[in-house]
Amino acid sequence: MGGRQAARPAWTEYMKTAFPFSAIVGQDDMKQALILTAIDPGLGGVLVFGDRGTGKSTAVRALAALLPPIRQIAGCPVNSADAADIPDWAEVADRDMVERPTPVVDLPLGVTEDRVTGALDIERALTRGEKAFEPGLLARANRGYLYIDEVNLLEDHIVDLLLDVAQSGTNAVEREGLSIRHPARFVLVGSGNPEEGELRPQLLDRFGLSVEVGSPTDIDERIEVIRRRDAFETDYDTFMAHWQAEDTQIRDAILAARAALRQTDAPESILRDCAQLALSLGTDGLRGELTLLRAARALAAYEGAAAVDRDHLARVAPLALAHRLRRDPLDEAGSGARVNRAVADVLQ
Amino acid sequence: MTTPAARALAALALDPGGLGGLCLRARFGPAREMFETALARLPGEARRIHPAISDTQLFGGLNIAASLAEGRPIADPGLIDTPCRLILTMAERTSPGLAARLSRILDQRTGHSLIALDEGTGPEERLPDALTDRLAFHIEPEEGRGSPIMLPAPADLDDARARLAQVITPDDTLPALTALAARFGIDSLRAPLFALRAARALAALDDCPEVTDDHLREAAELVYPSRATQIPQEPEPEPEQPEQSPPDDTDREGEDQSAPDIPEDILVQAIAALLPADILERTAKRNRAAASGSGAGNRRAGNRRGRPLPSRPGRPDAQARIDTVATLRAAAPWQTLRRTEANAHRAIIIHPGDIRLKRFEDRSDRLLIFAVDASGSAAVARLNEAKGAVELMLAQAYARRDQVALIAFRGDRADELLPPTRSLVQAKRQLASLPGGGGTPLAAGLVAATELAGHAAGRGLTPMLVLLTDGRANIPLSGEPGRKAALEDAEAVAAGLYARGITGVLIDTSNRPAEQARNIAARLGARYIALPRADARGISTAVSAALDS
Repeated sequence: MGGRQAARPAWTEYMKTAFPFSAIVGQDDMKQALILTAIDPGLGGVLVFGDRGTGKSTAVRALAALLPPIRQIAGCPVNSADAADIPDWAEVADRDMVERPTPVVDLPLGVTEDRVTGALDIERALTRGEKAFEPGLLARANRGYLYIDEVNLLEDHIVDLLLDVAQSGTNAVEREGLSIRHPARFVLVGSGNPEEGELRPQLLDRFGLSVEVGSPTDIDERIEVIRRRDAFETDYDTFMAHWQAEDTQIRDAILAARAALRQTDAPESILRDCAQLALSLGTDGLRGELTLLRAARALAAYEGAAAVDRDHLARVAPLALAHRLRRDPLDEAGSGARVNRAVADVLQ
Repeated sequence: MTTPAARALAALALDPGGLGGLCLRARFGPAREMFETALARLPGEARRIHPAISDTQLFGGLNIAASLAEGRPIADPGLIDTPCRLILTMAERTSPGLAARLSRILDQRTGHSLIALDEGTGPEERLPDALTDRLAFHIEPEEGRGSPIMLPAPADLDDARARLAQVITPDDTLPALTALAARFGIDSLRAPLFALRAARALAALDDCPEVTDDHLREAAELVYPSRATQIPQEPEPEPEQPEQSPPDDTDREGEDQSAPDIPEDILVQAIAALLPADILERTAKRNRAAASGSGAGNRRAGNRRGRPLPSRPGRPDAQARIDTVATLRAAAPWQTLRRTEANAHRAIIIHPGDIRLKRFEDRSDRLLIFAVDASGSAAVARLNEAKGAVELMLAQAYARRDQVALIAFRGDRADELLPPTRSLVQAKRQLASLPGGGGTPLAAGLVAATELAGHAAGRGLTPMLVLLTDGRANIPLSGEPGRKAALEDAEAVAAGLYARGITGVLIDTSNRPAEQARNIAARLGARYIALPRADARGISTAVSAALDS
């Protein structure tokens, strides 16, 4: 299967009516993590784990509406910014540049491999007897976000495929004598409920940051959540007019942070702290400390600091490290608390 | 007289997208028939779906036969394309995957609503929580009873729908509903939102310009009871008072955070009266269902036996079987192209890339049932070590694909403290506090283990028993203390377990290993291990070694 249903709006069109990002009550860790990946897409994505009804999906969809637009060549199937990047199989007539929202592509459960990687264009084969490649979700997600809701329920063979592409940044399809390659660099955002099945460690490690969310316990906060949700649904225009101004502020801050990212300095002592933290927690590989440093730098840039300091490091450490710890089932506190203990020890 | 079911259905007819839907939990009988009759009379399009529905049916897809005939792609529309009421029959068999897809349809607010007809009997057989949470109403009629459900006339429903947007909601309604949900231990924020929307719909139905206290109460009665996880305690003076509520009334001790005209206690009592009698038990069992019913981890996709899954591309070998129909379907659209290219006139040209292999879903995971003697003075220590062992086993369970359950027996009964799960998160949450002390009802513990094992076997798991005891049974099944009868009972039940082919390990935790435990092990056909100072790691290692041998 594959082919034509790829163009179906129900799968592909992103919800136009996303809840405003700034109107999400609480959930600061989740919002922070999402903003950090927007500043530095190289961070490697976010995994959001938590109970039902905590606004996981809402936040990710809200991010789509918030992100600054990208510039790309009109009609390029892989959203290329540069004419040289247009794959040879794509028939792009002219070289006009257009501005468009950052792509956020939903990966539905039960998706077929054809839909993910792309396949032969069934319409062209049927009507004109021609071989042409019809790009899949990975092509559309290039330079953007790939969102997997209920990531822990995704079939294993799709997970393997995603990991492979996420690693290499390239999607390769061999079929019907076609040999197709195209860039597929995207930020993975996954959400799920750990009680419905745990995630393979290999997939966990692919996510740069992880967040655990829960329902707010404070009554006033809960009331505010519902009040805003209700206003969003019943009085859409007024609600959006109010919050879009705040969303714009966040977007501007993200843009400023992106520009400042290169100039944000990470002193030698901070590198040492990163290594020390990773060592004391026994995280495998270097990916943990690298992500830690990048996340801290993105946070510093977002806050307009000239250099990364220990406070930045301490605040992003649970996001960057908690999901990389070996699980110790006899430790009651959970991995977030272990990271915080280590932060307290190492950073005094 | 209008029943809750009638009010819920009418409200749903006004605001299908906002309320999500309704779950009716009833076996086939008069009540369900009355409900279906009423359902059929509701205006709007309805489509019946079943738990095995394919993605193509739900979301649409390519119609191969029509496409070939026409020479251009013809898409079949999916159910998602037209707003309608989806009626899900045999909802208790819904897989987590389908629940996630249906949740997504509901979340997109495309005007779909879902009526789930749940015929489940046990607590394990129910609609997955992810979906239940997205449906405003849950109706569980009394067994065998059925009274006609009176709905407003379609024209009246249309009028009410037109009024819905104008219904005014007083400022204190939302805080009252939220506080109320919190008192019943309802964690999900969807519940108060549903109650709010239900209250508005009810007001529109009654042709009231604004939501009154009666609507508020009725909405809460419709939405909250099935979600409650606790019975509210005596109202404590709550410090958090919603800023928006009028600050004028001074004498509202113990009833703050509620609508000023309707004391919260009355609301609480009204809902408490509707709580299912077995609410605490249910809450415990609901957690069990969440752990095992999810099944995401315990199924295994194989290619030889089990429930069929959609086929996928691959190369056939000795292990895999070709799905001929799917292969032909995959090849069909390319025939024109291939004939031209190959310049051949064969009837059909199949390339290796077309080949689809059959896949099946197979469940043969192991369930380790820890039955732990929680009696006497050493109970707490023993239980804690068993708990540690459970968590250790779970930590390794990913690789081993095992599930773990824990039963503790003490006094005159056995309790299932941890239902079968592979989730470490679940285990930690449910084993947070463990009761201990009292007599040793070994037989009752074994009966509980037998039941659990039977259940697990029915779901395709292979149960295995890990029994931690000193074997000094002193409470027989009758509950009257007596050493001799207790031992006889225990041995009889143990023999029954053996007859069912359930293998296992008995870990003797007494300081001086004695004959009784060894006898029980013999009856069980279980391996006997004496571990006087059993600690978590010791137990886990011994169990792993014993089960793997």
